[in-house]
Amino acid sequence: MKELSIYEEQNLNFSHLTDHMEKLNDPLPRFFREAREKAAVSFGEKGLPDKKDEDYRNFPINNLFEKDFKYRFFKEIVHFDINHIFKCDIPNLDTHVIILLNGFYHGGDDQLTELQDGIKFGSLLAATKELPEVVEKHFSKYSGFGRDGFVDLNTSLARDGVFIYVPENSVLEKPVQIVNLIFSNKELFIQPRNLIVLERNSTFRLVVCDHALTTNHSLGNSVTESYIAKNAKYDFTLLQNEHNNASLINHHFIYQEENSRVETNTISLHSGLIRNNHFVTLDGERAENIANGLYLMDKNQYADNHVFIDHAKPNCRSDQLYKGVMDDQARGVFSGRILVRKDSQSTEAYQRNNNILLTDEARMNSKPQLEIYADDVKCSHGATVGQIDEEAMFYLRSRGISENEARLMMMYGFTHDVIKNIHVDSLRGRIEELVYKRLQGELAKCENCGFVNV
Amino acid sequence: MLVINNLHAEINGKEILKGISLKVNPGEVHAIMGPNGSGKSTLASVLAGRELVMVTAGEVLWEGKNLLDLSPEERSHEGIFLGFQYPVEIPGVSMVNFMKTAINESRKAKGMEPLSPSDFLKLMREKKNLVEIESGLTSRSVNEGFSGGEKKKNEIFQMAMLEPKLAVLDETDSGLDIDALRVVANGVNKLKTPQNSSIVITHYQRLLDFIIPDFVHVLYKGKIVKSSGKELALELEEKGYDWIKKELEQA
Ligand SMILES: Nc1ncnc2c1ncn2[C@@H]1O[C@H](COP(=O)(O)OP(=O)(O)OP(=O)(O)O)[C@@H](O)[C@H]1O
Ligand SMILES: [Mg+2]
Repeated sequence: MKELSIYEEQNLNFSHLTDHMEKLNDPLPRFFREAREKAAVSFGEKGLPDKKDEDYRNFPINNLFEKDFKYRFFKEIVHFDINHIFKCDIPNLDTHVIILLNGFYHGGDDQLTELQDGIKFGSLLAATKELPEVVEKHFSKYSGFGRDGFVDLNTSLARDGVFIYVPENSVLEKPVQIVNLIFSNKELFIQPRNLIVLERNSTFRLVVCDHALTTNHSLGNSVTESYIAKNAKYDFTLLQNEHNNASLINHHFIYQEENSRVETNTISLHSGLIRNNHFVTLDGERAENIANGLYLMDKNQYADNHVFIDHAKPNCRSDQLYKGVMDDQARGVFSGRILVRKDSQSTEAYQRNNNILLTDEARMNSKPQLEIYADDVKCSHGATVGQIDEEAMFYLRSRGISENEARLMMMYGFTHDVIKNIHVDSLRGRIEELVYKRLQGELAKCENCGFVNV
Repeated sequence: MLVINNLHAEINGKEILKGISLKVNPGEVHAIMGPNGSGKSTLASVLAGRELVMVTAGEVLWEGKNLLDLSPEERSHEGIFLGFQYPVEIPGVSMVNFMKTAINESRKAKGMEPLSPSDFLKLMREKKNLVEIESGLTSRSVNEGFSGGEKKKNEIFQMAMLEPKLAVLDETDSGLDIDALRVVANGVNKLKTPQNSSIVITHYQRLLDFIIPDFVHVLYKGKIVKSSGKELALELEEKGYDWIKKELEQA
C-alpha cells in the first residue's frame, strides 16, 4: 500500500469560505489574496448557480452534491513516484508533461521550469513569486467575479494549478500536456486553477487530459484563463476521458488580442457529467477563434457545452463546430451564444451543432443564441438533432457491410470533421482510436490511464 | 438464377408493385423501361432488400433460395448488386475505407482472409482504370460533393470492385455525358461473363446501343405490360408509351 499523508482535509462548508481565507492566504502576494477574498465574498452572496439561473436550467446540480465530497485545502505529500502509477501511453506523443494531482501542481512549488527561449511553466504558486507582475496582470482578469458561482468558488480557493508563460516571439513546437489526475480513496472535490500567458507573436500548443486513476466519485471544478496577445497562435485540445463516477465542470476563459488565432478542440468521451463553459473574448481586430467539440455519451451520462463568443472588436472571425452522439438515456445541452457588439463591423461568426440520437430516450437540447448589434455581419448557425441516416445505412449494407459495422462507420464518419481538426498527429490518431472504441461500446481508455486500486 | 413470381409490394400502405413476374438466366441482359413512377426503382429496392418496401404477396427466388429472407448485406454477399438511381452521400466515410470494409466483409462471409493492404490497393487501381474514374474521387468521402455523372461512375466502380453475379443498374445512364456513357457501358461489358447477368433500368435507347439487351420489358403502373426483344426499345424511343397505354385500355 502506498503511503499518503494528508495535511489538511475538511468537509467543504460552502457558506463559510471566508473563514478559511486566513490560512489559505498565507504565502500569497497581496493582489492574489485580494482576488480570492473578492471571489469569496461574491460566492458568499450568490452561492452556486441553481435551476433559476438560465445558464444552468437543464443542469442536474442537485444530484451533484448528493455525495459528501471532501476538499483538500493544501497539497498532500505523496511518497511515491507518480511515474510508477501513471505514464501517458499515446505512441509518439512527444510532449512536455505536467501533472496536476488532485488539483495541485505535482512537482516543486518553489521554482518555475524553463524550457527554451524563456518559456516557463510550473505551479501558479511559484509564479506568484517568480513572475508576480505577469500573474497580477492576468489572474482572474478574464474569469471575472460574480458571473458564475463555480468560478468564484474556484477563484477563492485558487492555489497552485498550472502556470505557463510563453514570451514574445517564442515558438514551442513540442506541445505541453497537462494531465489532471485524480488519485484518492476519498470522494474528492478538486479546484484546479490554471493561467496560460502567450505574449506577442508566440506559438504554443497545449493538450489537457482529464483522467481518474481511482473510481471513487469525484467532482472537478477547473478554471483556465488563457491570455493570447497580438499575433500569437494557440492550439488547445482537451480530452475528457474518465468514468461514470467522475463529474467535470470546466471553465475556459480565452482573451484574444489583435490578429491572434486560437483553435480549441473539446473532446468529451467519458464521464458521468460534463459541463464545459467556453468563453472567448475577441478584443482586437482580425482575431480568429475556431472552437470544435465532440461529445459521445451513453448510459445516464450528461454533457453540457456552453460556448460564448464575444466579438468585441471589428473584423474578427469565429467558427464553432460541436457534434454529439447520444446513446441510451444520455442527455446533453449545447448552448452557443454569439455576441456581436455595436461597433464590431465586418464580423464573421459561424456556428454548427449536429447531434445523433441513437435511442428514443436520449435527449439533446440545442440552443443557439445570437445577439447582433452591428450591421455588417456574416453570421450563420445551424443545429440538427436527428437519427442515423437510414438511406446511407441501406447504401452501405447493400455493399455487403453488416448493420453494426455500417452504423459504426456512419457514426465514426459523423465525428470525423471534428477530429480531423486536431493538429497534433499522434494525439489525433489516438483520439480516432478512442472514438472508434467508444462507438463500439467498449470502455475506451488509454492503457496506462487504467484504474488503480487504492 | 433469379425468379420473380407474382410480386406485390407496397410503400407506406400504398401498393406500388402489382404482380410482377420475371425470370433472369445466367448471362442474360434484361432492360426494364417504363414511365416515371411506374415502380422500376421499387422493384430494384425489393431485390436489394430495402426495408421501406413491404412485400405483400409473391416470391423472389435466388438460385433456388428465398431471396426475401436475406438481409441487404447477405444479398450482396450472394452476388447481387444495386446501382442506385440516387447514390447517397456519406460525409466522413472515406471511399477507401468503405470499399475495404465492403470487400473484406464479403470475403469474411465466404470464409476468406481479408485482402492485404497492398493487394487491396492494387485491386482499387485496376478497377479505377477499368471505369476510368478520376483518382481524386476515391480519396474523398463516399459520393460527397461528387457531380451527378461522377456518382454514377462511382456506382460502376463499386460494381467492378465487388464483381456481382447479378447487377441491377437503376438509371445509371441518366445524367451522363456521351463519353461517360461509353465508359460506363464499356465497364459493364468488360465485366460481363457467360455466368453473370444484368437488369438495366433506363429511359433511353442510347444506353442499349452499348449494352445490348436480350429482353426489353415495359413496367407500367406496377406491372410488366410488355416484354420483347431489343427492338422494343427502339419502338419506345420513337413512339413513347402512349401506344402501350392505348393497347392496354383496349384489352
Ligand atoms: N419513400 C416513398 N414514399 C412514398 N411513396 C414512394 C416512395 N418511394 C417511391 N414511392 C412511390 O412509388 C411509386 C413508384 O416509384 P419508383 O421510384 O419505383 O418509380 P420509377 O419507375 O423508378 O420512376 P422513375 O422513372 O421516375 O425513376 C411512385 O408513385 C412513388 O411516388
Ligand atoms: Mg426510378
